This record gives sequence, C-alpha cells and structure tokens, in this order.
Amino acid sequence: MGVVLVYATSTDGVADDVTLQALTLARGLAGGDSVHAVLMGDEAAASSLGHHGAATVHVAVHEALASGAPDARARIVGDLAGRLGAAFVVGPGTEEGNTVLARVAADAELPFAANCLRVTPGSPVTVLRQRWGGSLQEEAVIRADRVILSVAPHSVPAEATGGAAGVEPFTPDLGATDLVVRVARRVPAAAAGVSLADAKVVVSGGRGVGSTAGFGPIEELAALLGAAVGCSRAVTISGWRSHTAQVGQTGTRIAPDLYIAAGISGATQHMAGCKASKKILAINKDPEAPIMTMADYAVIGDLHQVVPAISAEIRRVRGV
Amino acid sequence: MRVLVCIKRVPAVAGRITLTPDERAIDMKYLGFAIGPHEECAVEQAVRLIEEHGGESVVLILGPAEALEQLRDALALGINRAIHLVTDGEEWDAGSTAAAIADAIRDDEAANGHFDIVLLGNEAADSGGYQVGVRIGRSLGRPAIAGIKGLAVAGGVASAEQEVAGGRDVYDLPLPAIIAVLEGINLPRFPSVPGRLRAKSKPVAASNPARGEQGLDLVRLVVPQGVSKQAVVLGSGADAAPAIVEMLAGLGVL
Ligand SMILES: Cc1cc2nc3c(=O)[nH]c(=O)nc-3n(C[C@H](O)[C@H](O)[C@H](O)COP(=O)(O)OP(=O)(O)OC[C@H]3O[C@@H](n4cnc5c(N)ncnc54)[C@H](O)[C@@H]3O)c2cc1C
Ligand SMILES: Nc1ncnc2c1ncn2[C@@H]1O[C@H](COP(=O)(O)O)[C@@H](O)[C@H]1O
Repeated sequence: MGVVLVYATSTDGVADDVTLQALTLARGLAGGDSVHAVLMGDEAAASSLGHHGAATVHVAVHEALASGAPDARARIVGDLAGRLGAAFVVGPGTEEGNTVLARVAADAELPFAANCLRVTPGSPVTVLRQRWGGSLQEEAVIRADRVILSVAPHSVPAEATGGAAGVEPFTPDLGATDLVVRVARRVPAAAAGVSLADAKVVVSGGRGVGSTAGFGPIEELAALLGAAVGCSRAVTISGWRSHTAQVGQTGTRIAPDLYIAAGISGATQHMAGCKASKKILAINKDPEAPIMTMADYAVIGDLHQVVPAISAEIRRVRGV
Repeated sequence: MRVLVCIKRVPAVAGRITLTPDERAIDMKYLGFAIGPHEECAVEQAVRLIEEHGGESVVLILGPAEALEQLRDALALGINRAIHLVTDGEEWDAGSTAAAIADAIRDDEAANGHFDIVLLGNEAADSGGYQVGVRIGRSLGRPAIAGIKGLAVAGGVASAEQEVAGGRDVYDLPLPAIIAVLEGINLPRFPSVPGRLRAKSKPVAASNPARGEQGLDLVRLVVPQGVSKQAVVLGSGADAAPAIVEMLAGLGVL
C-alpha cells in the first residue's frame, strides 16, 4: 500500500467515466495512504474526482496541454509521482491513458501493465490484465518500487465516496524535448451520420453479406432504426467497407442497447468489440455458428432475405 | 529513406481459446501463427513509403527460430531484408523486447545510417502492452507517437494522424521518429507468387540477444468465463420478421 497518483482525463469540465473507474480501483490500493489525482488543466473536473475519492487534485496549467503533448503529460505525471513518492501510478486504459503511462514508465525505466482488471498489493504486486483485447486474461507479477498500470475501461464500476478534494493548481516545468510531439492542426471530419461508438442501435454485416452492394439492405434497416452500420474484419479486409465501421479488438468497441449481427460468425476478436451490448440479435444461416451461444436472439436464415423482410415489416407496422 | 517495421509472431486465434496444461501458453494443436492486424498495416505502410520515396525497408522480429515464417511473409510483400532476434520461445516482457530492438537498431544504423521511420503496431495482438514503440523512442532519443491512422512524409517531417471525436489530430514529427499504427491506416495487399519466390532469397540477419530481467512477469493465463447462453430463436428466414419487429418494439428501439 502507499500513496497513489491517478492520471485523470476529462472532457469539458467533467472527469471521464473511465478515469473515475480507474480512481475507484486506485482507492483500494492506497490503504491508509492518500489518493492524489493529476488533471491536465480543466480545473472544473476536480470536483468530480473529489466526489470519487481523490483527496488532492493537482491541476497542471500549461498552454501545451491543449495540443495533446503526451510527452509533456508524462513528464508532469512522472515528476509528480516522484515528488509524492507514489507507490502506484494509475490511469484509464484508453489510447491516451496507455500512451501517457507507457511514457512515464519508459522515462523511469519501470514496467507498465496496461488494461488491468484487478490489482493485488503485495511484494511483488500481482495484476490480472487483459490479453487479446479481453478474450484472454493474464495473471502477472510486477517487480518495481513504483507500479505503473492502466485500468481496462468498463471493468471496474465507478463508485462515488461523496468526498471533496483539495485543489492545487501548479505550473509544470517542461523542457523542449517534452514539447516535440504535439498536435499541429486538427482536420474536422465531414459530418457523418450516427457515430458507431455512440449509437443506441448498431446493424452490422459480416462475410455473409458478400459484397459492397450487399450492404444496401443493411443500410436501409439501419436508417429505419436510426442505427449506425458496423461490420466485421472479414468485410474491411475485403474492401467492402471502410475500417471506421469495424467492430472488434482492432476496430471500435461499442455498447449499444441492441446489436444486430448479420452474417457474422462470432469470432472472439469480433465479440471483444460488441459484448458490452445490452442485447444481441444474430442473423445467420448456420444454427451452429459460435455467435448463437453469445447472442440473446437469433434468426436462422439467409440475411439477404431476412434483413429486407425486417425493413418491410417495420414499414408495415409504422404504416408508411 | 530507410524504414524499419517491427512485427511479433502470435497464435492465429479465432474461436474459443484453450490453454496448455501449465496454463502459460495457448494450446496450439489446431492453430497456426500470424502477425496482428495493426502490424500487417505497419508492413504495408513500410512498403508504400519505400515505393513512394525510394530507399530500403527492413523487417525485424524478436521471436523463436520459427518466426522466420513471419519474416518471409513480410519479405514476400516487398520488404527488402530482415533482422531476426532469435529467442528460445520464452515470453519476453515489453521492456526487455524494446531494449533488444533498440540495441539491434543501433547496430544496424552503425553500419547503414539511421532509419528515418520505425513503424510498429499500436499494441501487440496477444499481450497488448501499448509501449514497445515509446520505449524504443526513449532509448534512442527519438519522438514517438501511437494510435496513428494516417501518415504522410515530406521534407524530413512525418505528419501522423490520429482519429478523434470530430475529426483528425495531425502531429508533425521531425525525423527520425517512431510511429505505432492502427489497423485501418491502409488496406494491406496480398502476397503474389513472384513475391513469395523473391522472399526466399532476401537476406535475413540473425542474432541471439539476452533476455534480461522481466519487470512484468507472466504467471499464468486465464480464459475468462464467457457468458455462455443459448440465443432464443425467433424463427427462420423472412417469416421471422414479425417476431423480430415485436422484439424490437419490446426493447424500445423501434
Ligand atoms: C489479433 C486479431 C484481431 C482481430 N480483430 C478483429 C476485429 O476488430 N473485428 C473483427 O470482426 N474481426 C477481427 N479479427 C478477425 C476475426 O478473427 C474473424 O476472422 C472475423 O471476425 C470473421 O468475420 P465474419 O464473422 O464476418 O466472417 P466468418 O467467420 O467467415 O463468418 C461468416 C458468417 O456468415 C454466415 N453466413 C454466410 N452467408 C450467409 C448468409 N447469406 N446469410 C446469413 N449468414 C450467412 C456464416 O454462417 C458465418 O457464420 C481479428 C483477428 C485477429 C487475429
Ligand atoms: N517480439 C517482438 N518482435 C518485434 N516487434 C515487436 C515484438 N513485440 C512487440 N513488437 C512491436 O511493438 C508493437 C507494440 O507491442 P506492445 O507494446 O508489446 O503492445 C507491436 O505491435 C510490434 O510492432
């Protein structure tokens, strides 16, 4: 046990959920010692961190932090961890959290354990962490005086303590090398439809769809449901759809209310991206497909007939 | 331009994973080996950079003798030559992997000049460490960036793009730089038969680095308890439509 420092991410004055989850896990590591968090500007987010158990929130104030600057972030976290004598440095297992903590670890020549599910203090510390995007787990020991790890998103529910944090703004000491890697410019995306990551309903097609044109009926159904269109990797590597639509370990991770998977077999790497869905409907011509043991509902049949029939039935019910 | 691409040999898992009796590895009885999707794209990017700018591309793997297979696959796609850091098949943690790769880079650069770009996958498909690129960057004193889905090189600067909510963030990195890419940065080509034949005669330099101390040490693997359920079958074929739409209405998504 010992002092814990949490690398906190926030959006417009509110700490990100994944950060509050990491903070919840971190609290359990502190024992009697204190829990600190460090914010990159955005002081308004400090109150939500206090509410989730941070005793002190350090707020780094520097213009570079508006432009990504992962090395600057790592310098700030590493310096603060040294100043506090932190036994643990913890953050969210997002792209950003992982790359910043990896840099903190590389600077200090210490190990880094990404996407942990459980951490058992001791000497050495033991972690349970994700492999294969969560399809497999690993129990590992970390040999280090300062244990640096990230928490797999949505693996630990965030719990509030109702506390309030002391807030300590400070100006970090950054060198020129900390500022080499920075966002030079942002290119806005052409306004797309419903975003895959935020959609309440996602209609996905797999190899069974057969072609680019085969996605027509899938798009039609998605439009009727206000849904986003997804796909499997078999589809993206065939060039039928862009990778931005891919659901899975190396695609987007989604958690819609309903996931409709048409012509998708249910490979572990695909399911890693959609298993957080509240309900899954599989449409597959093979009643033995692996997805049948992971879906809530199934329709056995040719998706080229089933999908248009669903759209037609929705129109009939709506009277349009 | 000189480009290095780092790849890792991993089991080509698809369905349910079973473990060896000592629970330290995946049971490979019915499986082959591959490299991860991010790394397939890193290899493709290396080939494209050399097609565009001229120069030399090199592929590097740290892995057992059999990892020669993954090196040959990359050579078949157009990479010029290979570096094989041969291990006895044991797990190496990301720290010791990065240290060995950085040493190999220093050795190669002493003879051939620096690599303008070192490409990696964003995270290894199996261990998902998210760190080898950053560690190589620190060891060599070069800027490193991860999560890259777009890359253009001009005038000694790599413009590397991350996908973010609402658009793309572009980082301009002075070369030499370390770049970890995500699947989707490109659509990899398939190897051709002449490519496969040429790969057989391309040079592979092998050496045996020492494994060193493991900071993050695997104890055992665990297959997570999946929620094994049996889907409620709503019907067959187009006739199932009314039952499906009723279900949709019940979920409140209609
Ligand atoms: C490291 C790694 C990462 C990966 N990441 C991802 C990822 O992010 N996302 C991903 O999706 N995959 C990923 N994969 C690939 C994954 O292992 C599978 O290969 C892929 O998901 C298979 O796609 P699929 O289900 O569409 O195709 P298949 O497995 O070929 O399944 C097609 C299914 O369609 C059914 N079907 C065929 N025709 C019809 C029809 N007319 N009507 C109804 N059903 C029909 C078949 O019965 C079958 O079940 C990854 C693999 C690796 C090794
Ligand atoms: N054994 C290895 N040999 C060569 N490259 C590797 C090896 N392990 C990891 N890498 C590279 O580093 C990237 C990130 O790995 P990691 O940080 O372990 O998730 C991978 O996608 C590879 O490009």
